Amino acid sequence: MTDLYRKEIEIKKEQFQDLVSDLNSPLNRTGSSFKIWIGFLLLLIAMAGFMYVRQLQQGLGTTDMRDIASWGLYISDFVFLIAVSLVGSLITAILKLSNVKWVTPLTRISEIIAVAALIAALLIIVVDMGRPDRLWHIFVHGRLQSPIVWDILVVNTYLVISILLLYIPLIPDLALLRKTMGHKPKWQQKMYKILSLGWQGTEEQLRIMNLSLTALMVIIIPVALSIHTVTSWLFASTLRPGWDSTIFGPYFVSGAFMVGAATVIVTMYVIMTNYNFKAYITDKHFDLMGKLLVLTSLVYLYFNLNEFMVPAYKMKSGESAHILGLLVGEYSVLFWSVQILGMILPILLMIIKPFRKPKPLMIISVVVIIGAFLKRFLIVTPTLLHPFLPVQNYPESYHHYNPTFSEIMITVGSFAGIMLIISLFIKLFPIIPVYETAHEKGFPNEIINNS
Amino acid sequence: MEDQDYSPKSRRRFLQKFGSLGLGTLAVSAGLSESCTNPTKDQESGKKITLLNSKNELVEVDSAYISNLNKNLAPNHNSESRKGLPGKKFVLIVDLAKCKNARKCMDKCQAVHQLRPDQHHLNVLLMKDSEHTAPYYMPKHCQHCDNPPCVKVCPVDATFKRSDGIVLIDNERCIGCRFCIAACPYSARSFNWFEPKDAEKYKDVAYDIEKNVPQKKGTVTKCTFSADCLRDGKLPYCVSACPNGVYYFGNEYEDAVTNGTSGETVSLSELLAQNSAYRLMEDLGTAPSVYYLPPKDRTLIPEIEDTHS
Repeated sequence: MTDLYRKEIEIKKEQFQDLVSDLNSPLNRTGSSFKIWIGFLLLLIAMAGFMYVRQLQQGLGTTDMRDIASWGLYISDFVFLIAVSLVGSLITAILKLSNVKWVTPLTRISEIIAVAALIAALLIIVVDMGRPDRLWHIFVHGRLQSPIVWDILVVNTYLVISILLLYIPLIPDLALLRKTMGHKPKWQQKMYKILSLGWQGTEEQLRIMNLSLTALMVIIIPVALSIHTVTSWLFASTLRPGWDSTIFGPYFVSGAFMVGAATVIVTMYVIMTNYNFKAYITDKHFDLMGKLLVLTSLVYLYFNLNEFMVPAYKMKSGESAHILGLLVGEYSVLFWSVQILGMILPILLMIIKPFRKPKPLMIISVVVIIGAFLKRFLIVTPTLLHPFLPVQNYPESYHHYNPTFSEIMITVGSFAGIMLIISLFIKLFPIIPVYETAHEKGFPNEIINNS
Repeated sequence: MEDQDYSPKSRRRFLQKFGSLGLGTLAVSAGLSESCTNPTKDQESGKKITLLNSKNELVEVDSAYISNLNKNLAPNHNSESRKGLPGKKFVLIVDLAKCKNARKCMDKCQAVHQLRPDQHHLNVLLMKDSEHTAPYYMPKHCQHCDNPPCVKVCPVDATFKRSDGIVLIDNERCIGCRFCIAACPYSARSFNWFEPKDAEKYKDVAYDIEKNVPQKKGTVTKCTFSADCLRDGKLPYCVSACPNGVYYFGNEYEDAVTNGTSGETVSLSELLAQNSAYRLMEDLGTAPSVYYLPPKDRTLIPEIEDTHS
């Protein structure tokens, strides 16, 4: 009897070791493709950095923003990145708290996307400042009645909680890395040792971890809703036609869940194919994420209908110039492309099961992401170009806004930065949670702790 | 009709009132406090001077206690500029019937505030209210709102509202987020997208909040109601520059406004009431300090190109 039991333990141990080496395989992969990829990202970031230095020297005039369109690509990018970051809370908090089991392999992916997008968002907002050298003024002279101050408070709170939600479930995995990564450079081993905080996997440690995770998952939901609601208030708190709206908060939040789900789908597709994780990120995951994307897109479609149909029906003076510019005017091609290609068509396709297979779903998600970015641009710029009073005594170029090469490169740099953070993370830490996967596969704790 | 004695010409000119009484009162209090500690009893000259104090009483003071006060009451420190002139609430009245698009106000404003040609603290717009009505010219300043959307959104208190109604910007504090530009429904604000005009020339000049010069790269700039002139008891630059009598400027508390061209001082309340004055976009609730008198007797032909966008 005991022999049989011991044998079973041995088999389980072997299975567990296979699982660990499987999930840690990206850390051990060698080859030049990763270096080329990182080099490419660094090149993009360096170009963005060069453009930013030039912008610092010459002023924000290196962008195409002027007194009429005084916000542009940077603010659109900021809103977009904040939107993307919301997926962290959707997957790791809302779905996890609802006891949705299948999201486990996606939690870390969504959380690292959230952290990377937030870091990029905080950087791009500094890039948009005319006087970044006076950033400290916000802390010395900050006034609580400004939505910008609210935004800074909630975004940083969200960043801290997101980092904790990324880090705490990583601790047991770090303890495993400490044991299995003996062949890695000294600094890397030391990092695992320090970060694993002496994890032994005792009952008490598990209890503390689960308790703190549950607490954080509950806290992050209102904080996540606040970051995008407050970001929407940067616009909704003004009197401008197109921004002067009471539904901007939920409208932005629903759009954020849509683009966030699409971002997770694209990222999980790249990780699945690149690291051969088909056993962990399965067709079922894509199918369910596809359904989630349909749901979030439908909610967003509903808010779009409210946001554009109601003012278009009334054609109030002031609003009409803005609405007509979107529906039939200067921005109509972009507007309808975003609405139809970026939202309605994806919904219709994803309702059909074959389109929720990994590859088609990934392609649809890329289109959704592009549409979502352009949507943010449509929220920011056309409103500014249609102020209440006529635009006169300015050069002709003030009537339009076409981002300059410099602006585009800096924005591209922000995306490259996100991909760099995610790529390096995958190289240093298991992107699919090892402990949680093992736990859910029924491996007992003594095997996880003692192998 | 109730005010039988009303006659614009018999009234003191706003400037005189503002200049002599205002400065006199200030001179007494400031002069006394400055000199009180200096002369001793035996240094008194015995020569008494009669002065009006801030409680409206005539008092006699020994001449030894009087010291000369710099007539230019420029603030010693920019923090003083945040307070506003006591007992004042400034208003600007724009008589649209008189504006002939001479643009002397715009030129003067851009010159004084060291602005580039595409930067406007003051912009004369060609307005056309509806398809079949005649167009007219409308000078548009910062409206110095009593419920200013720009001040509300500023994250660092760089733009602020003073007790005398003026909205100013401290360009040594502004972080250049441009939220105020987005928030302003009157498009009254401008940004220094590049190194300001003549930056090299003015680089050693101390910054003055009330004049908002020298302009600073990466910060927001706008009309100041010429707060520097008001401190000196003068009318704003644009008001004095107008050749057509478009502008009246004055103190709401005194119910008196002075025309910048003729120098005539009239009752504010009567001017507003008798001419059906209005404020821009009253429905937004911004409560501007700028009033417009309707553009009657329009001379512009209606066929003029519509520059609304």
